[in-house]
Amino acid sequence: MDIVIAVVSAIFLLLGGFLCVTGGVGILRFPDFYTRIHATGVTDTLGAGLILIGLMLQVPDVLVLVKLVIILLMTLFINPVATHALAQAALKSGLSPLLQSKNHKGG
Amino acid sequence: MDSLRFCNPKTIKEDNAIELLIDIVLLSFLVCIAFAIVRMKDLFAVIMLAGMYGLLSASFFVTMDAVDVAFTEASVGAGISTLLMLTTISMTGRYENTTRHRPMLALVVVFVTGSLLIYGTLDMPYFGSAQAPIQLHVAPHYINNSMSEIGIPNIVTSALASYRGFDTFGEVVVIFTAGVAVWALLMVNVQRRKNTEIDDANNSTHEQHFIVRFVAKMLIPFILLFALYVQFHGDYGPGGGFQAGVIFAAAIILYSMVFGLNTARRVISQPIVQLLTAAGVLLYGSVGIVSLLSGGNFLDYNVLSADPIAGQHLGILLIELGVGCTVASVMILIYFNFSGRKNDRELEEHKETT
Repeated sequence: MDIVIAVVSAIFLLLGGFLCVTGGVGILRFPDFYTRIHATGVTDTLGAGLILIGLMLQVPDVLVLVKLVIILLMTLFINPVATHALAQAALKSGLSPLLQSKNHKGG
Repeated sequence: MDSLRFCNPKTIKEDNAIELLIDIVLLSFLVCIAFAIVRMKDLFAVIMLAGMYGLLSASFFVTMDAVDVAFTEASVGAGISTLLMLTTISMTGRYENTTRHRPMLALVVVFVTGSLLIYGTLDMPYFGSAQAPIQLHVAPHYINNSMSEIGIPNIVTSALASYRGFDTFGEVVVIFTAGVAVWALLMVNVQRRKNTEIDDANNSTHEQHFIVRFVAKMLIPFILLFALYVQFHGDYGPGGGFQAGVIFAAAIILYSMVFGLNTARRVISQPIVQLLTAAGVLLYGSVGIVSLLSGGNFLDYNVLSADPIAGQHLGILLIELGVGCTVASVMILIYFNFSGRKNDRELEEHKETT
């Protein structure tokens, strides 16, 4: 049983870590503000969530588990809202998203 | 499991290697960020980097097992000071003025002072050395006798609030003075706005900020609850008046950012905040005076109750409460004044254009 939990937890942690790295790559590589916050928003929520679930599987006692669950809930509330507020503020201050122009196809 | 880990010398070596790696990564991040802050002209980015600097320092303190300091650094350095600086640049403008002259003299002075300081550290004991004066002077007494003399598990709190109570009193007075100074410089007249006017302004923007307002409304009670937990749990775990005050203020500031300054002023009246600023310092000082009158030294809590340990508990509880009050209300006061200035200016500009 222990080995199953350890393996599942490792999978969650690795997946979460991978998503965080893709978020970092996304910030550097994506062309405009909105795609970049998409990269951070999605991967922060999901990546951090998966890492927290991976940690939850390894907790020594219930108190730590409760703390991790609270952190997860907070992340799930705060991250998307922060991303939303950022995007809205950008849109309101006149930053228009980079749209594919009609004569430029592909890429 | 833990005892097994400590018995095995090989795992200890590996742990140290990982810790060293983490230290190197964190410290090089700190250096990079410091250079980036110096080089940048965009103040918004500088403030964000300063916040990251605070958060990274906090992580560094955690790896050094100084969780109380890390907690303070995370809440003050990464949290509230970033917020206050953002409020400031929303008034002053986003970009740094370009300097035409090249201050070579300043560079030379900084270089010489820096090298002298580094030269000075050569005489200091090695990091973590058991022979260092700090390990031999009063620290062993605090560590060995804290439990029997003060009776609370968190040694940091017993050193901060009891053994070094006078120093902490000084810190609280410094914060109080800062609050009073900001208030004296930036004092704004709180205009009595009609409630209907505030409601109108809020309702007109309600749709636009709906999601943020909804989530903020849901989270603020928990933030306040967490602040109270940090305040009263400081005897048993990391935390105490400073951190709790900052977290409490952060909740109020979040409220006033999301719902508007005038709404926040209607909920938390500024005169009461000003009163609490002084009341915290007064409470701290009074505990000292009471212990003086009861026949002890200033801030000697043993005499506060028949049982010395109970007296210590009572004294620490009261002075932490004083610290929390002052810190929270000073932060709220500073934010209210900064942001009130901005509101007034916007109002004036609005009047000029129309």
